[in-house]
Amino acid sequence: MDTGTIIVGLTIFVLACFAGAELISRVPQTLHTPLMSASNAISGIAILGALLAAGSPESFNSVSLIGFLAVIFASINVVGGYMVTDRMLQMFKKKTRKKKG
Amino acid sequence: MSIHVINLIYLIAASLFMLGIKNLSSPATAKLGNKLSMSGMAVAIAATLASPDISGFTLIIIGIAIGAAIGGYAAIKVEMTAMPEMVALFNGCGGAASALVAVAEFQGTTTGFESFTLITLLLSIIIGGLTFTGSLIAFGKLQGIVSTRPITYPGQQVVNAGIVALTLLLAWLVFQDPANAFAFFGIVVLALGLGVLAVIPIGGADMPVIVSLLNSYSGLAVSMTGFALNNNALIIVGSLVGASGLFLTKIMCDAMNRSLANVLFGAFGKVDDSVAASEGPTGTMKGFEVDEVAMVLESASSLIIVPGYGMAAAQAQHVTRELGDYLSEEGLEVRYAIHSVAGRMPGHMNVLLAEADVSYDQLFAMEDINDDFANTDVVLVIGANDVVNPAAKTNPGSPIYGMPVLDVEKARTVIVLKRSMNVGFAGIENELFYMDNTMMLFGDAKSSLQKVLSALKE
Repeated sequence: MDTGTIIVGLTIFVLACFAGAELISRVPQTLHTPLMSASNAISGIAILGALLAAGSPESFNSVSLIGFLAVIFASINVVGGYMVTDRMLQMFKKKTRKKKG
Repeated sequence: MSIHVINLIYLIAASLFMLGIKNLSSPATAKLGNKLSMSGMAVAIAATLASPDISGFTLIIIGIAIGAAIGGYAAIKVEMTAMPEMVALFNGCGGAASALVAVAEFQGTTTGFESFTLITLLLSIIIGGLTFTGSLIAFGKLQGIVSTRPITYPGQQVVNAGIVALTLLLAWLVFQDPANAFAFFGIVVLALGLGVLAVIPIGGADMPVIVSLLNSYSGLAVSMTGFALNNNALIIVGSLVGASGLFLTKIMCDAMNRSLANVLFGAFGKVDDSVAASEGPTGTMKGFEVDEVAMVLESASSLIIVPGYGMAAAQAQHVTRELGDYLSEEGLEVRYAIHSVAGRMPGHMNVLLAEADVSYDQLFAMEDINDDFANTDVVLVIGANDVVNPAAKTNPGSPIYGMPVLDVEKARTVIVLKRSMNVGFAGIENELFYMDNTMMLFGDAKSSLQKVLSALKE
């Protein structure tokens, strides 16, 4: 990895931090739990690295087995995180008052 | 698929994640946001699977099937009141995944390491590892499996500092000789240990801060893995998650008027009996009967409900909504005031009330409703304690002095539903309970509310 690549990576990192902070500061308090579980779910993006490790050419060595474990953990994170977020968000409703008790 | 195409697809995925979070800015668009975020994840996974670096799919398919089954089952089954525990567990899985990816990368590299790659790999393992065990302990504390009291011992911080120093030493050894397996696995073990030791001295009521902070760590671990793998998708997403976690951490700390350092090292909630006994407010709590409470509610024209962790613990959110709706139909103006640290995670009360079908435009954050307590007839406090303690404003000797609290005592009447006469979590007496305009209704919040509701209907 040459120095140029490292600097590009750091640039992306810093800019994404600012963009993220900007977006997230607009999330209202009422959605903070879904925000948390949604950001949790996307942190399961580590699954990309896990897939590469689990599917590495020389199958069934220590690397692919560790990758396999990583795939399991990351999938729990991704699938569980998104599903639970969706479940929560389904509950946030604005009712037209006095319609139903 | 060539690496360039894959990277372009990752860019699309990252944009979808950004849009997803942008849409979380309103409950009306949030569902769409989550779908956008999901599709970003699907696209990124599909692109990776099409990469020439993947040749075997057996482990991948089995792994995803197992993980999806566990995650999906948990997501469907979990009670909304147990959401903090669930998020902590998922978060721990994220940390573990990042750390494991870094371990696999370390094991799989045979051609020698660039120093930058090695540093980021080790950081990913350390941060991911401590996120994993730290989240498990946080889960345990939220569940009550691990003592919710701060667990402290003399020299604790020296021990933790020593572990950090030892970890750095081992990292330096690995840096000198990447083949040093002893040092490498030593780092893994120490990182796991550090997660446990760092979280046990923190009290159960501070878990919202810890879960947020660990959330941010898991993002950081992902970013570090991204640097090591030279994968921009991981770098971007990791920084998003890191920023989100830090943002929530800061909100929680501000809402308690405490610094993050105080939360992490202050062992808040450690009971000091001598202080608790001598500094209690004088006077007596006045317990009232259900009928008296119902009468006060009947004659009121405005009501603000203040829920706290006690509502979650008693699973009282549904009957709370029933009472709110009933009074609303009787012509009362009914609103809910939610303190940022009410409950056990950011937004915990909002989710519970949403589950119980309370319209989200009835839910107000503290800064939007605090001025209205003075013009309100009745405030109904359900299982909240520290967030309504006037001592935070008036008593410089109180541990929570300076914390922004809801001005409930300014209302004409305050009805407090409380399990027993005992002091709250932090062992802090609450003057509110002794005030002249306060009516205490002791008992389980759920059954108390049911009794009040049936008394009203008679």
